[in-house]
Amino acid sequence: MERNQLRRQIGNMRQSLFDQGYLDHEQFIQLEELQDDANPNFVEEVVTLFYRDSVRTIQNIEQALEKSPLDFVKLDGYMHQFKGSSSSIGAKKVKSESTQFREYCKVGNAEGCRRTFQQLKKENAALKKKLEVYFQYSRQAGPLETACRPN
Amino acid sequence: MTIMENSGFSSPRNDAFPAGLRVLVVDDDPTWLKILEKMLKKCSYEVTTSGLARDALDMLRERKDGFDIVISDVNMPDMDGFKLLEHVGLEMDLPVIMMSVDGETSRVMKGVQHGACDYLLKPIRMKELRNIWQHVFRKRIHEVRDIEFHEGIDEIHMMRNVSDQSEDKHIPSGTDSVSGKKRKDVDNKHDDRECNDSSAVKKTRVVWTVDLHQKFVNAVNRIGLDKVGPKKILDLMGVPWLTRENVASHLQKYRLYLGRLQKEKELTASFGGLKHSDITSKEPNTNHCLQNLVNNQQCDRTSDSHSIHRNETVIQNVDFKMYEGDMKCTVSMPMAEPKNAINVDNSDPQKSSSTRTSLSHSFGKLDSEVKLATTIPKQYSWNEECSRAQMNRECKPQFQPKSGINSLPLTTLPQSIQLDCVQPGPSLSFRPSSIDHDKAKPEMKPAYVKSRSLGIEQMSPVGCKVDLSSVQTGSKLTNAEGFKFISTAMWSMNNHSLDQVVEGGKESAHRSLNLACGSALKSWDENLHGGFFPGDFQPVNIDPRSIESLNYNNPELTAEVPNYLYDSLKFDFEYPFDSMEYPVMDQGLFIV
Repeated sequence: MERNQLRRQIGNMRQSLFDQGYLDHEQFIQLEELQDDANPNFVEEVVTLFYRDSVRTIQNIEQALEKSPLDFVKLDGYMHQFKGSSSSIGAKKVKSESTQFREYCKVGNAEGCRRTFQQLKKENAALKKKLEVYFQYSRQAGPLETACRPN
Repeated sequence: MTIMENSGFSSPRNDAFPAGLRVLVVDDDPTWLKILEKMLKKCSYEVTTSGLARDALDMLRERKDGFDIVISDVNMPDMDGFKLLEHVGLEMDLPVIMMSVDGETSRVMKGVQHGACDYLLKPIRMKELRNIWQHVFRKRIHEVRDIEFHEGIDEIHMMRNVSDQSEDKHIPSGTDSVSGKKRKDVDNKHDDRECNDSSAVKKTRVVWTVDLHQKFVNAVNRIGLDKVGPKKILDLMGVPWLTRENVASHLQKYRLYLGRLQKEKELTASFGGLKHSDITSKEPNTNHCLQNLVNNQQCDRTSDSHSIHRNETVIQNVDFKMYEGDMKCTVSMPMAEPKNAINVDNSDPQKSSSTRTSLSHSFGKLDSEVKLATTIPKQYSWNEECSRAQMNRECKPQFQPKSGINSLPLTTLPQSIQLDCVQPGPSLSFRPSSIDHDKAKPEMKPAYVKSRSLGIEQMSPVGCKVDLSSVQTGSKLTNAEGFKFISTAMWSMNNHSLDQVVEGGKESAHRSLNLACGSALKSWDENLHGGFFPGDFQPVNIDPRSIESLNYNNPELTAEVPNYLYDSLKFDFEYPFDSMEYPVMDQGLFIV
């Protein structure tokens, strides 16, 4: 019962992530499909890897934004990198923010860049949090699930 | 599967192809690297990952044959993805797939221009990765075809050279079988190419004309093949509209070609007499058809042998046709030794007269040859042997008369010369005996004429004969027709009806003599067998069947020229063909 409830909760969480536009369901499901016995925690590993790597990129952008005048080409390059990365886990909102950021870079809108970047960081943190919870629950439910499987 | 065998899929994993495909993934994004690795493993591929382009290149260089395909991101910190793409294409000639989150058309186009066989947008789906094996497979198939094709071209050139050097030597049987095989391959290749052409239309291809290729080769040779790079070549070439990518892909093919040529050279070295003296390029690695082509062109131009405006046109057409728009060894048959090429130059009447002069010179020689009836039979019998051997091959002598050729100078030359020179458009109603070939007109391609010049002194009847026999074996022949016509003309000349022949020749520029030639050749053959039978020419038995198949109208001829051109070039006895032309002319002149 508990388990079922848990699993249902996990399912709901997942669905709301899709519905609220945090995650691109197509990409995320693809990651889930890659998960197998060889890599039972594949999705979590990928997400963890993304967030670890993105920290570096975000730091780079932050530093570049502190310079004056802004090197838009460089900023665009970093953001391009981040955008590609975020697409790996299907981070939807984050991706759209990065697209917006690049648009501002193209026109040399420093204020727009800074504003968008702040927004991007917020979205990034929000998704990270949600996913952490999600994986926590999944780990709890996971082994239980296997154990419950009939012979 | 044969193709797979040929293409090097020889390891055990081949059994389950595409499983076990060896993929190298290059991406500076660790997240994507992990995902792609997992995805590819799910496809049962053998995956190697690299976060740095330089590492990837090192890996590729270390394990030359260690990978089947490379997937690389476009934006990488240590090296531009396009640059990596270029390197891989040039050095390893592996299919490369580009990836990027950026799907802008210009970027995608750039990728394709640099030689990427595909451009994937991130996020990448499993199904996209599952199909990457097709790129590997396709490349292998094309490589096999290319090799066959180029080998065929090489063969042609080698044959030609051999013939040039030893007109009266019996061509080794080894060559025969080889060229026979090559001929078939080239034919197949031609068919393939035609199909490819249509599919290649959508690509932005640069047509590597002879001139352009010459510039390319000159640049390469100046830089030195080992130090060459697309940018350097491009700078030296000085062609404003040409891009580095064009040069890069061309260079890639050039290298491959040289490699094959080397093998061919080794093969033909045993023939002992492959002298490319007049064609030999100054550069060390030349000696491949391209270079020869170029050199020939130069020779042609410099030798003052009335060649070639026509020839060039022809060649270029051949070039285009034969290759899928890419640089390829143009069948430079026409370009062959221009020496004394009796390339009647329509556009230059004065030249015609000089041609005439040269013709008469050669005629003089021929005449002496022809006069020696005793010698002729010998030659013929030898030819017969040759031709018999030839016939065993898949002979497709086809000098499709090109419209350009048809319009060759002949018209400006004295009739006899014209007869000789060119008219590839034999008429079906060719009647050797009457030689009033209003219809029959052997139209020889200019190239033919050119190469013929070489043989004039030596081969005349022999040449004819061989050609005829080759014509027999083949079904289409413009060349055959020409020869037939020529032989007929020869006969007629002997019969003092050269004038008729000449006139007839002019008119039938666009008729397909093939059929007629074939039949004529047959009878010719028979006639020749017993010796020289002037005037004893039987009416051509035109096989209705062949007439249909040999219905070469001008446009068709033109279209088919390239194929036939190099096909016929392949035949070593094409040279005799050429020589046949000249002798005919000579005789004609002489007699007249």
